[in-house]
Amino acid sequence: MNRETAMTHLRINGQTHPVAADPARRLSDVLREDLHLRGTKVGCDAGDCGACTVLLDGAPVCACLTPMAQAEGCEIRTIEGLRGAALGALQQAFLRHGAAQCGICTPGMLMAATALLDVVPAPSEEQAREALGGVLCRCTGYGRIIAAVCDAGRALAVPRPESGQAVGAAMMRLDGIPKVDGSEIFGADHWPEDALVVRAVRSPHFAARFSFGDLEAWAGARDVRVFTAADLPGENCFGVIPPFADQPALAEGEARLRGEAVAIVVGEAGVMAALDLGDFPVNWQELAPVMDPCTAQGARPVQAGRPDNVLIRGRVVQGDAAAGLAGAAHLAEVTARTSFVEHAYIEPEAGVAWLDGDVLAIQACTQAPVMDRDDVAKVLGLAPDKVRIIPAAAGGGFGSKLDVSLQPLIGLAALKTGRPCRMVFSRTESMQSTTKRHPAQMRTRIGVDAAGRICGMEFEGSFNTGAYASWGPTVANRVPVHASGPYRTPNYRAEAVAIHTNGPIAGAFRGFGVPQAAVAQEVAYDDLAAMLGMDRLAFRRLNALAEGEASVCGQVMRGVGIGACLDALRPRWKAAQAEVAAFNAAHTGVKRGIGVASCWYGCGNTALPNPSTVRAGISRDGRLWLHQGATDIGQGSNTVIAQIFADALGVAVDEIALIGPDTALTPDCGKTSASRQTVVTGKAALLAGRALRARILERTNRAGDARISLAAGKVVVTDAQGRAEIALADLPEAGHGYVLMAEETYDPPTQPLDENGQGVPYAVYGYGAHLAEVEVDLALGMVRVVRITAAHDLGRVVNPLLALGQIEGGIAQGLGMALMEEYIPGRTENLHDYLIPTTGDMPEVEAILIEVPDPEGPLGAKGLGEHVLIPTAPAILNAIRDASGARITHIPALPHRVRAAIRESGR
Amino acid sequence: MAPYHRPETLSDALGLLAVGGAVAAAGCTDLFPATGRAALAGPVVDLTRVAEMRGIAETAEGWRLGAATRWSEVLRAPLPPAFDGLKAAAREVGSVQIQNSGTLGGNLCNASPAADGVPCLLTLGAEVELASAGGTRRLPLSDFITGVRRTALHPGEVLVALQVPAAQARGRGAFRKLGARRYLVISIAMVAARLEVSGGRIAAAALAVGACGPVATRLPAQEAALLGLAPQDAAAAVSAALLAPALSPIDDIRGGADYRIEAAVELLRRAVADLAGEGA
Repeated sequence: MNRETAMTHLRINGQTHPVAADPARRLSDVLREDLHLRGTKVGCDAGDCGACTVLLDGAPVCACLTPMAQAEGCEIRTIEGLRGAALGALQQAFLRHGAAQCGICTPGMLMAATALLDVVPAPSEEQAREALGGVLCRCTGYGRIIAAVCDAGRALAVPRPESGQAVGAAMMRLDGIPKVDGSEIFGADHWPEDALVVRAVRSPHFAARFSFGDLEAWAGARDVRVFTAADLPGENCFGVIPPFADQPALAEGEARLRGEAVAIVVGEAGVMAALDLGDFPVNWQELAPVMDPCTAQGARPVQAGRPDNVLIRGRVVQGDAAAGLAGAAHLAEVTARTSFVEHAYIEPEAGVAWLDGDVLAIQACTQAPVMDRDDVAKVLGLAPDKVRIIPAAAGGGFGSKLDVSLQPLIGLAALKTGRPCRMVFSRTESMQSTTKRHPAQMRTRIGVDAAGRICGMEFEGSFNTGAYASWGPTVANRVPVHASGPYRTPNYRAEAVAIHTNGPIAGAFRGFGVPQAAVAQEVAYDDLAAMLGMDRLAFRRLNALAEGEASVCGQVMRGVGIGACLDALRPRWKAAQAEVAAFNAAHTGVKRGIGVASCWYGCGNTALPNPSTVRAGISRDGRLWLHQGATDIGQGSNTVIAQIFADALGVAVDEIALIGPDTALTPDCGKTSASRQTVVTGKAALLAGRALRARILERTNRAGDARISLAAGKVVVTDAQGRAEIALADLPEAGHGYVLMAEETYDPPTQPLDENGQGVPYAVYGYGAHLAEVEVDLALGMVRVVRITAAHDLGRVVNPLLALGQIEGGIAQGLGMALMEEYIPGRTENLHDYLIPTTGDMPEVEAILIEVPDPEGPLGAKGLGEHVLIPTAPAILNAIRDASGARITHIPALPHRVRAAIRESGR
Repeated sequence: MAPYHRPETLSDALGLLAVGGAVAAAGCTDLFPATGRAALAGPVVDLTRVAEMRGIAETAEGWRLGAATRWSEVLRAPLPPAFDGLKAAAREVGSVQIQNSGTLGGNLCNASPAADGVPCLLTLGAEVELASAGGTRRLPLSDFITGVRRTALHPGEVLVALQVPAAQARGRGAFRKLGARRYLVISIAMVAARLEVSGGRIAAAALAVGACGPVATRLPAQEAALLGLAPQDAAAAVSAALLAPALSPIDDIRGGADYRIEAAVELLRRAVADLAGEGA
């Protein structure tokens, strides 16, 4: 066979496709680019994530590692072949169990599961875990996926809740079908046929000055175009927090992190695929990088405007911490250290930009469409209304897709060329250039009185914020507010500082620094319980914040659920203690142990406005439209917001048509961040639903408990007196093309923090506590998490199925942070050196949902998304210590660190 | 555009490779991750259809394993208990997806210090069968892998098959791998053991350690120390003093050198104990 003459015939899903393509090309690339079968996803191009799994003669392989030539003559099955006229049983099981969150791994999971089910129609959980062990998921924690695979043999219809009963129902996600049939449009899945391809030239150095050679000659010889910072028409400076904005879209003269883009190259797809950027004319003068935050103050400034490399300091002070500690009966001191943690969503950044008249449209993965619009407009010198952001489905975000990444780059390319321009980051580019969780170095001292009551606490944390500000200020402000944990802590002083280095930019990652701080505090709590001779759970219960008590910010807390969460763990705690004792009596080389840790987390921005606006309208044809602007990155806001709205209006969820967060169509619901969407957008949806209902009832003069339904061209209202109709044809337009419309804004009430951090930082908090049961292999230092019991106070559970998915997924990320995840700049820029949990690493998870209503949250609801991973790592660390004596304060607790700590413990 | 060849005979493959400049490809599970591009740079000589490189067969001398045999085929092959360790290793090569693509020969030619296949094949006394247009030769596996990403392959030469002598295909084999997660993980350390028991005593012991030095290695001193012991006493006879001199581990992100030695000792104890438990 020879490449010049070859016409390959591929048998895919029972059909023969002729392809004139290089036989040495990745099958994944041929499927997606040439055959438009884009249900097969690409996450790493290295066989590390399994997202591209297809079946060759029934056997799962990574399409990214398969040369097209080897697929010839095989029966190839892809996600597109799983669905006939209706969804297959496995796909239905995925929907029923909530197995797809963001959906980016779902095609790979479904194909790997199909291969298993072809051979083993009713697999055990162990068989399912092994069969899916090669497909990574970052959202779900795998529990729902394994459940779905094991339950695929049953065909069950799940009825949708009736009108008025949506809130509280374990509804399947409303946007689930495209996620299980391969038709979802992620950032890399849509482009006009004539789109040009954009690639970035990036710094190979942590810090370097650079200059360009003859760009025009280089580009001309290759039939491409090159753009640099000099081509940006606007202000080359963006950032999620405008007063701290400091990041260039393309670096100017100096690169401050490895992987920072300095230029883009744009050309036809065929040219770009073959292009070698290795000889791009850029001259680097490497600078000594500032990498260690401990010595960064006083080192070369990473940014000229911040000469001491301090981005910001945050503090909360209440009472007299020194005096409180001086009077303590027992004092615990912990120094703890955490690592850069990579978000490792399975979808690398991707998107496409095009010009629609004089409007620049960008369809890309994002968590924050309006912020993207404003940053792109600024960098490209456009008015915000000349930029339209159309969020593609986000294949995972977890905080990192709050910051713009490729949006200004593809926008620049589209503006300059006049052609649609698309870009997909490689896994390495994604890992090098986008944000991470802040590594923290923390020291805390906590004191108790003789009765076991906390009497003082000091906390100091230094957070490596990398080269640019990103969300560093948020971390520095959030940590001191939360470092006490959800415990009554008089005499408190907490200080955090965010330090610039030439490391990767540390930004938002599920919890904004609070998961790191919880490690220090909860390890200290176990120290204190031991000194007191108290049961560790009882010690926490004794100090748990109670209703009406003041937080460390002096805020009087309402709807406080931590006590209820800890109480809910008590039965399992007792049973587990007995089981552990029995296990340990029978085993010598492996020991089990249990640990507990808590969380609290304020929902929304810290003492800053963060409104959401929800619009709903009924069109003249009798259809109900909900402009749901909360970006659903897999967490479920498309479903949860619709549930809240449906009950507020009094219609069935099925009657709602959703319009997503497109900046041209939908009002701003802010960013999907800070666990705010259920609370803030949910409340706006509640208000909008109620307002629309009031308008309908006014027109029909019906009672408050009337039922509303929609029919062609009319709204029907029924109450005890009978039935009334609104003929929509007769109504004047009420705005935005609707004849009945409501638009409501909600901004959670907060109060600014004073210089001591006193005030009302958040309107609503959520609470939780985890009980971890682990098994430690004493000789090897290997830790297996056996079971986690997770009690979470959601205030009001809007959707138990989605809540369970959030809890299991958060636990997976917490487990990864505790045991294996350590991003080392320049060393772990792929998904085989950077490890995240697989199906085989997850424990059994028992979720306990608790409802202590919040007086401010919609129907009492609180946020959950970030809370879920905060207690996991400290609970695991405390369990490791219980099992083995190893007191781990440097995470991740890799086997060699655990082994060393066991040795130090003298056990 | 460079050609892509799928020869079906060894002589065709060797003829194509003799020209020079061509990439010998099999499962491609290491070739593709090494490039950021959508296609392998050619010319490519795809060896997966070469008849002489396929399949596993018992021969007069022992067992012959074609170099283009995929790991999932190893797993399903009817092999004697001496190969149990190799089968266990086959289950740990990457993921199911990788096992369905990756080949025995690729694992050896890639010459990663953490190649999962090497320790077990060392304990089986495997020899490599190499062929080029100029002829064929055989080398012990321990002479084939010469360093990190280095082998004794000459330009234009192909690893055709592995030969396991009948005398080494006896007894029972075991494999243990340590990684920081359950699936899809690069070893921190790994060990293979094969014991032959006769009259309640260890008559032959073959032990090897991987990921604790540039190349996986046999442990002659430790092997000698097990001879004549009752299998149930073998684990206690595994010692760092006998292992450590044979190893040269590095400190890296997955663990320190000292930890690796400690882990290798412990894993070997367990592998030997596994075999004793199974009646070796």
